[in-house]
Amino acid sequence: MEGGFGDSLRAALGLLATADARLVEVLLLSLGVSGAACAIAAGFGMAAGAWLAVARFPGQRALTTLLNTLLALPPVVVGLAVYLLLSRSGPLGSFGILFTPAAMVVAQTILVLPIVAALTRQLVADAWRGNGEQLRSMGAGVLASAVLLLLHERLALVTVLLTAFGRAISEVGAVMIVGGNIEGVTRVMTTTIALETSKGDLPLALGLGLVLLSVVFALNAAIALLQRQHGRHAEGRPR
Amino acid sequence: MSATAALIALRQASVHFGPHAALQRVDFELRAGERVALVGANGSGKTTLLRALHGQVRFAGTRTVALDAQGRAPAQAMVFQRPFLLRLSVWRNLMLALWLGGVPRPQREARARESLARVGLLDQAGRPARVLSGGQQQRLALARAWAVRPQVLFLDEPTASLDPSAKREVEQLIAEFGREGMALVMSTHNLGQAKRLATRVVYLEGGRLIVDLPAAKFFTQTLPEAAALFVKGEMSWKD
Repeated sequence: MEGGFGDSLRAALGLLATADARLVEVLLLSLGVSGAACAIAAGFGMAAGAWLAVARFPGQRALTTLLNTLLALPPVVVGLAVYLLLSRSGPLGSFGILFTPAAMVVAQTILVLPIVAALTRQLVADAWRGNGEQLRSMGAGVLASAVLLLLHERLALVTVLLTAFGRAISEVGAVMIVGGNIEGVTRVMTTTIALETSKGDLPLALGLGLVLLSVVFALNAAIALLQRQHGRHAEGRPR
Repeated sequence: MSATAALIALRQASVHFGPHAALQRVDFELRAGERVALVGANGSGKTTLLRALHGQVRFAGTRTVALDAQGRAPAQAMVFQRPFLLRLSVWRNLMLALWLGGVPRPQREARARESLARVGLLDQAGRPARVLSGGQQQRLALARAWAVRPQVLFLDEPTASLDPSAKREVEQLIAEFGREGMALVMSTHNLGQAKRLATRVVYLEGGRLIVDLPAAKFFTQTLPEAAALFVKGEMSWKD
């Protein structure tokens, strides 16, 4: 390792303080890819999770078990599967998006979709168990109940999205495989950290590591603040 | 529909939860304008009978409803001991109930305003529903039910978790609904309340309907031993 930890940290802070162009570029791409993946996963995952929580059909338990199993989906496996799908000889090769940010969004969406769906299902199922009869009594069918319970649990769902975003922005295996870690094109924070560490450029790796932690910390703080403010107004306990 | 025709009738209704018989071959008819109190110990089948009458639980036996000239079943609503209110404002909770109840959009706003005024919550319309006091929440639940203009209102121990002052307010509203001709079926442990509100009292035990008498007779006539003991025990409590 070139220099000590202290030197690397000082150099990393210098990169952050001067808003180093390479660092900013990588940061923005990371936020863009993971943000897009979470937005897509939120749309499909929340709808699927809420529906799975309130609908009754044969095979529902098996589907729930499968969904929960997918929570442990290894990023490299997702990366490999998406690579095979998007490679020239693959079924979706004609799109020509392999080694582009679009492919990274696809991979991360697949990775976080089960997280959003499974956690949403659990939240909505708990709310449905306690209150479903009252909703049915008012005339709510399956679709209306799912939508209303999503609305009811919206603050908890923000935490679900944060969890999904944390998973997306911190994974390295999937984006490395389908993005190729091409400088200026598909290089994100995690792949850069891996590459720069292997090259011995610890300041940039460490700087990006600090940025990664800061992004997650800032998001957590924002969500906590949001929940506290909303909780005060929307949830309050009966007087 | 004649004045004396049953709005809702159950024949030989039985409900089992696993090996437990919650309701056993109960015959019950509800006529327009009746105010029925269902009394009995915990687990006697009061709530299950309410749910069966409301069509919220599967049961063996038959349930028939009187249809009007247009072939419509009587409008029904149910108020629960602990109302489920969405994490939204009082106003939105009411508007959603009107939407679920199939009230046409142009009528909803006026209906919501009228209903909130009716229960004395119009000035609370903008507040989050879940910060209301227990009594206010129950009044909101009554407003939500009344807003859809039900011919039959089911009430499951509507004042059980309220303080004496809130209990009086809620009871007063229920009495007013009854005087206006709405048929009421209410489960309660409070025989004083049954005496004040009901025109008919039904005593259940172990899922069986044991006594079904006009209120005046129920409190003066010699009852079967179990019912008499129940009345003696419950009436010793001052409400």
